[in-house]
Order: sequence, then structure tokens, then C-alpha cells
Amino acid sequence: MNVIIVDYNSGNISSVINSFKKVAKDKVNITVTADLNKIKSTDKVVLPGQGSFKSCIDALNKINGLTDTLNEFAITNKKPLLGICVGLQMFADIGYEETETKGLGWIAGKVSKINNQNGKYKLPHIGWNQIDIVKDSKIFKDIKNNSHMYFVHSYEFIPEDKNVISATTDYSSNIVCSVEKENIFGTQFHPEKSDKLGLKIIDNFISL
Amino acid sequence: MLKNRIIPCLDVKNGRVVKGINFVDLKDAGDPVEQAKIYSDGGADEICFLDITASNENRDIIYDVVEKTSKKCFVPLTVGGGIRSVEDINKLLNCGADKVSINTAAVENSKVVLDSSKKFGSQCIVVAIDAKKNGDSWEVFTHGGRNNSGIDALQYAKQMEKNGAGELLVTSMDRDGTQVGYDIDLMSKISSKVNIPIIASGGVGNLDHLVDGIKMGKASAVLAASIFHYGKHTVKEAKEYLDSKGIPVRI
Repeated sequence: MNVIIVDYNSGNISSVINSFKKVAKDKVNITVTADLNKIKSTDKVVLPGQGSFKSCIDALNKINGLTDTLNEFAITNKKPLLGICVGLQMFADIGYEETETKGLGWIAGKVSKINNQNGKYKLPHIGWNQIDIVKDSKIFKDIKNNSHMYFVHSYEFIPEDKNVISATTDYSSNIVCSVEKENIFGTQFHPEKSDKLGLKIIDNFISL
Repeated sequence: MLKNRIIPCLDVKNGRVVKGINFVDLKDAGDPVEQAKIYSDGGADEICFLDITASNENRDIIYDVVEKTSKKCFVPLTVGGGIRSVEDINKLLNCGADKVSINTAAVENSKVVLDSSKKFGSQCIVVAIDAKKNGDSWEVFTHGGRNNSGIDALQYAKQMEKNGAGELLVTSMDRDGTQVGYDIDLMSKISSKVNIPIIASGGVGNLDHLVDGIKMGKASAVLAASIFHYGKHTVKEAKEYLDSKGIPVRI
């Protein structure tokens, strides 16, 4: 089994790499690359993302053919892909951070700023919050409802089809924090920083 | 519901913990990696390293410490002390730090905060404010508390938010090391002034001080060093105490 963590200069991904390597041990090969041929032939892809929606999309587009290759992997060939944080947000059609930016368009919807209710809620939403699991997701195997996960973000993904939502978290409103659509998975929180339960989610994805 | 965070802080000098947990089962009490692991296993919501290495030739040791820690601890790791440039930040993040805390460099050159938050995202940029009371206001100090910049701490906090800081780590220099509690007035004034989370620091002597920092100081997170050292309190005890006082924590 081969898992690729896409390295497209989206900011700091060392924690993602460390956590996947820790979980994978010797049973799974973890490769960090943006090599198109390697992505085409791998079993699973992890799409991390830090910084802004726009900076991540720009970084993806800077690598010639990467978006097409990811499209082919996740949409045409329907192979498992996990997006983390902005990695998940990029599934949307459109994002509004910095400026209006076109997303990957894999899951219909938009990414907008969390409504902080005129300063009542601080942004970024930083820290440990509980997740409300609203549908069975393969990556939540053995994860109890209301488990704590580590969040850090100011923008939220609002999908059109609510059936893709697998978990929400309560911060000013019910924020979508996990999605599953066929072979496409995403978490707004950081499993790589969510202690043992986060590592379990990574394990669940690797074991799919 | 979002939980308030408890962040143990370890002072690291030349790669060794200066004050630390004094546990008998520790193989090497001075090893920051081992101590960080104990904290994260004990339920710490984040770990903070403050590098107080004075000499330049030993400055690179912290990178090795961060790299080893990030392979063992899977909670957020913040590293501060001696960060001068965007390149320093880049190196720390590449070694596995999740956030960096910038102090002197943010005062001397506000572009560091602007540039680094643009490059790496606000989520990993913490601006550390060392503040000392002067009459009715507070002034920002730099260089580990040695130099008075004369800048008003509240104005500065607002400016750092604008420049792209994701969080503010506010230390009262009057209280630091005294164990008489946080400067609640300072914490609550800064917290009300900005819309980003603040981490209260400086002066914790008992668990009630942590409660006060959150309830009255309006801090999102509380940082403490000495109460967790020498086994006075565990992070678990601190969390259970906060929970008993109605403060939401991750247990």
C-alpha cells in the first residue's frame, strides 16, 4: 500500500508527515511528493493545506498538471483522498478568503468566513472542540461521538448537499468539520495534532 | 463547545530543560523531549518551548529538540525565543513546530509578522507581548524583558492583530516568577481590545490562578511553567480543577 502526501508548498506539512509515518510504521509506504506519475499510481492521496484558500489554490496551480492529476485520481478513478483543513476547503466550488477564488469543485459549495457574531466569538477558531458525528463515516471507525479534535481556522466549508456532512462542531453555529462523498474524505480539524484519537482517524484512512 | 487550553511551558537552554518536572521515572530529567512527552500523555492541550539559549553557536540545538519532539508528541507545539526572521520561522516549522512565538523581532520589525503570516498563515504566528505596568498603562518590553520599547501594550496588541498574528501570548513582567497570579487587568483589557485569542502567562502559583485567568482575564488559554514543575500539580489535576469550577476543558 502506498500513500502520497501531496507536497505543493502549501505551508507547514511536517506534522502531517510525522503523524502518518508514526501510524504507518512499516506496513504502509508514505511518500511526500508532487510528482504526477507517482500520484497517478499511488493507492491513496492526502491533500494538506495551510494558510489561505487562495494561497493553497495558487500553489496547486503553480505545479503544472497537478490539479488535472488530482481530478483524475479522485473523480475519474475514484481512489481514496483525504483533505485536511484548507485541503478539505479546496473541495468547494469557490472560496472567499482574500479574494473570490475558484476551488477544485469536487463537492458543490462555498468557503466563507465564520460568522463571529460581531466579535462575540474570537477568530481564528483555535483549540480543542468536540465533533458531533452526524453520519457514519469510514474514517470515524471506533471514534466516539463528542470526541475532541484540534481546530485552527477562520473559514468554513458550506456544502450544498448536506448529505456529504459527516460531522459538525459548535462554534457560533454548527460548522461543518468533516465530509465524506464516496471516495473523498475531508476534515476541517487537524487529525495530525489531535492526539491519539486523531492518529486513529489517520489509521482508519490508511486502513480503508 | 470550544475548550479552554492548558499549555505547559518548558524553558530550554542549550538543548536542556532549565526547570522541569522532577519525576523519578524520568531517565533524563533535563531532556525536553521526554518532558514534552509526559505533558502530552498527561493531557496537555499544547506544548510550548521557550528557547533561552544565550550564545549564538548553540542556537541550532533547538531545531534538533523540536524535530525529535514532533515525532513523539501529536498535540500542537509552539516554539519561541530568539526568532529573528522569516527564515528562522521557516526552519522551525520544517522541523515540526506548529506555531512560533515572536517577541523582540515583532517589535523591531513589524514586517516579520506581516510577511510570516502571509507566507505560513496566521494560524502559526503567535506574537508574544511582555508587558510591564507603568501608571495606568502597560509598556512592551523586548530582549527577554531587558529593554523597554516604550510602546503601549494595548495599541501594540491591536496592531499585531492587524499585521496577521493568529494569537497573542501576553506575559505580565510584574507577575512573572512571583506566583501571585496573572495580571488580570492586563489580560482582560487586551482580550477585550482584540478579536484573536489570547494566552495568559506570568505569575501562576496555584490552580485558582488558572481559573481567574480564564474567567476574569478572558483568556482562551493559560500558560504555566512552575506549577507543573517538580510535580506540584499535574496537567490532569489542573483540568479537573477547572472542570469543577465550570470551565470547559478537554478531559
